[in-house]
Amino acid sequence: MVLDIIFMYIKVFAVGGLICALAQLLINYTKVTAGKILVYFLLAGVILRAVGLYQYLVDFAGAGATVPICGFGYLLADGAIKGAKISLFNAIVGGTSAAAMGITAAIVFGYIFALIFKSKSKRN
Amino acid sequence: MKTSNDCLNNNYLEYVKSISPKTKQKRSLFHAFWVGGVICSIGQSFRYLLEYGVGLTGDELSSYVSMIMIFLGALLTGLGVYDRIGKYAGGGSIVPITGFANSVVSPAMEFKTEGYIYGTAAKMFVVAGPIIVFGIASSVLVGLIYFIGFRIF
Repeated sequence: MVLDIIFMYIKVFAVGGLICALAQLLINYTKVTAGKILVYFLLAGVILRAVGLYQYLVDFAGAGATVPICGFGYLLADGAIKGAKISLFNAIVGGTSAAAMGITAAIVFGYIFALIFKSKSKRN
Repeated sequence: MKTSNDCLNNNYLEYVKSISPKTKQKRSLFHAFWVGGVICSIGQSFRYLLEYGVGLTGDELSSYVSMIMIFLGALLTGLGVYDRIGKYAGGGSIVPITGFANSVVSPAMEFKTEGYIYGTAAKMFVVAGPIIVFGIASSVLVGLIYFIGFRIF
């Protein structure tokens, strides 16, 4: 049990780290901006889930695959595919409802913290 | 004379290129790797906590984990810590979901002087907007393709 958890953490660290290092590689050699990298990785997650490959990565590495932004894309595509099994309505709504918590949290926490805190970038 | 000068120049430029940025770039890869790995490990810890402590499973579990990670990312951005992590880690801080929260809070704080509606609320989506647009649009596309596929086959 303990060994399993330690082994799992190694896999999480390696996979999550490699995905981030891949993004850094793109930043270093292609001068893509951060916003575009987020979109590319998201779409990569959507496509890899749609093809059926990302599920293996999630089973293998858990949070190492779901915490990076491609995990968000995986969640969207996964919801849509699960919905498509039920009905047309669920096929359209499924992706958004699967990602609803992430989007809601980003908007609510984002707005609250933006109201509470002041920007520090000008000070240093 | 000119050609040999150019040649020298080129050699020199290649020489400079070969020493300075490469080590820096390799180091930045390492920074991104370990910081990204640590952030994902923190996510895994919350996963274990909610799975064995609270008993959540499936979509609910992963939704709450991403909610907590977004909360932490937004809080650390507000405190000014996340930008410092970002300077060190680059891609290691951008790609995790905490970086998504950072991309929401950071412009929202920056443009607060322009008002709470056109400043904070509008500028929240400078980076997050495209992610939501492409994310939802592509998920609908995938849903429709799979829906047609399931009905045909």
